[in-house]
Amino acid sequence: MTFPVAAQRTDKNVQAPSELLLAVDDLHVGYGSITALRGVTLRVHRGEVVAVVGPNGAGKSSLLNSIAGLVRPRQGQIRYAGRALDSLSIENILRSGIALVPEGRHIFGSMTVEENLLLGATIRSDRQAVAADIADLIARFPILRGRWQQPAGRLSGGEQQQLAIARALLCRPALLMLDEPSLGLAPAIIDQVYKILHELHDRGTTILLVEQNATRALEIADHTHVLSAGALRLSGTSAELLSSPQFDAAYFGVTPPEQVPAS
Amino acid sequence: MIVDVIQGLVDAISVGSLYALTALGIGLIFGVMRLINFAHSELIMLTGYTLLLFASEPAAVAILGGLVVAVAVALITERIAFRPLRGADPTTLLVASFAVSFLIQKTMALTVGSKTKGVDFLPSLGEQIVVAGIRLQLLKMVTIIVTVVLLVALSWFLRRTRYGREMRAAAENFRMAQLLGVRSDRVISIAFAISGVLAAVVGFLFVSQSGFLEPRMGLQLVAIAFVGTVIGGLGSLVGAAIGGFIVGAATVLLQLVLPYGLREFREVFVYLLVIFILLVRPQGLIPSAGLRQRV
Repeated sequence: MTFPVAAQRTDKNVQAPSELLLAVDDLHVGYGSITALRGVTLRVHRGEVVAVVGPNGAGKSSLLNSIAGLVRPRQGQIRYAGRALDSLSIENILRSGIALVPEGRHIFGSMTVEENLLLGATIRSDRQAVAADIADLIARFPILRGRWQQPAGRLSGGEQQQLAIARALLCRPALLMLDEPSLGLAPAIIDQVYKILHELHDRGTTILLVEQNATRALEIADHTHVLSAGALRLSGTSAELLSSPQFDAAYFGVTPPEQVPAS
Repeated sequence: MIVDVIQGLVDAISVGSLYALTALGIGLIFGVMRLINFAHSELIMLTGYTLLLFASEPAAVAILGGLVVAVAVALITERIAFRPLRGADPTTLLVASFAVSFLIQKTMALTVGSKTKGVDFLPSLGEQIVVAGIRLQLLKMVTIIVTVVLLVALSWFLRRTRYGREMRAAAENFRMAQLLGVRSDRVISIAFAISGVLAAVVGFLFVSQSGFLEPRMGLQLVAIAFVGTVIGGLGSLVGAAIGGFIVGAATVLLQLVLPYGLREFREVFVYLLVIFILLVRPQGLIPSAGLRQRV
């Protein structure tokens, strides 16, 4: 399986998996009187798939939104490739190589599939390379081919999710962030979407994935964090987490029995 | 009889066209930043006064002057008044647009006076032409043709150019457009510049038709055009053009078909029509995708 769009950046740049791409330190995010994140620290290395799982309202979207620049953190630091993102605009964060596929996909429903994809290449000026990337994407996402000139709003949920991922790939991100890619999709469609993510991973794309669907996330992630009530409760490889007796408790925000102080 | 009907229709279409262009200018700005820009009326008014200023120059110079003034004022008001409020509540934006509108209007009243002034812009457009044995005023034909040309050009810009695509994306989902790297400042500035061009053209046609100027002249046009954008479906450009056209054309048609004693109350019937449309289609005739999504 090949993935030309992602490949063009990663083939050249693939380095030791230990290269640190994203460093989030002691991140606090809030809206008015609501606190969404309280001191989150995590690392994403190049080529890795890192998943953050947790229940609804755990603060998962806040994490991705603050990395993308949509929300300004109250405290803490986000560094990408050694550079602080705090003062960068949404556009400059994108230009530095981070793309977000937001929850709910947000495709432009009144615009055609082609126009949606072209918008993904907004920050690029290499028109020929964009055309080549689009051709590659059509080969990769055959579902979009027959719908080229149709309004994207007429696509099914799964097709829209594929379009949203394809659109994000067109800006050739070094770090692809996905917010709940399985949300609202039938299991068979989730299979398709995750197949694409697996292929991207195989090609070396770095992915930060946020999911309520822990099973799916654990299948693909090299490293998984459990986020609950705004804080990371548990971290480890998928194998470690699956075998951890604390996993369910951490996911649902209950203090694991082992940690209850003896009275 | 047939002649009367055709003359009436041409009249209705040309007035409808004028309101469609005005509504389009308002709809464009609402689309990209959820601002109902009542200061649009001052762009039309300032274009009119620019025509007076250049009254002794060739018409082409006056037209160029009007375009430059309307676009410049549109861009300046965006930069000074509306950009700092971007993302604010639509009510705040609306009040700000009233403030800008009154400021410009009262400044004009102070400097050039609030008395009505006459201006004879392109008097040759007042002549009658004979098409297939029917006498029609040249200006009405020009209004219709100019409107069609502008609609085609705007539609080409929005569908076929990169900035047009970015503008449509921003109108549908501003946040997502930003996440894809669409520069909000640029898109909004382009929208204001286009609204300036539309206002200038409305100014040319309106002044040529009415022959008078006063600081309040744009208000009536914009108020009625705004009603047009609402019944067309706020946020939808096609809706704005159709809504503006319906309101303008209905006003003229009612003038023709109402019994003599009721004609002076034609606005009552226009607004009854508006209320009826909104009762049947509260989202407007062509609801915008963007507003549906932002539940």
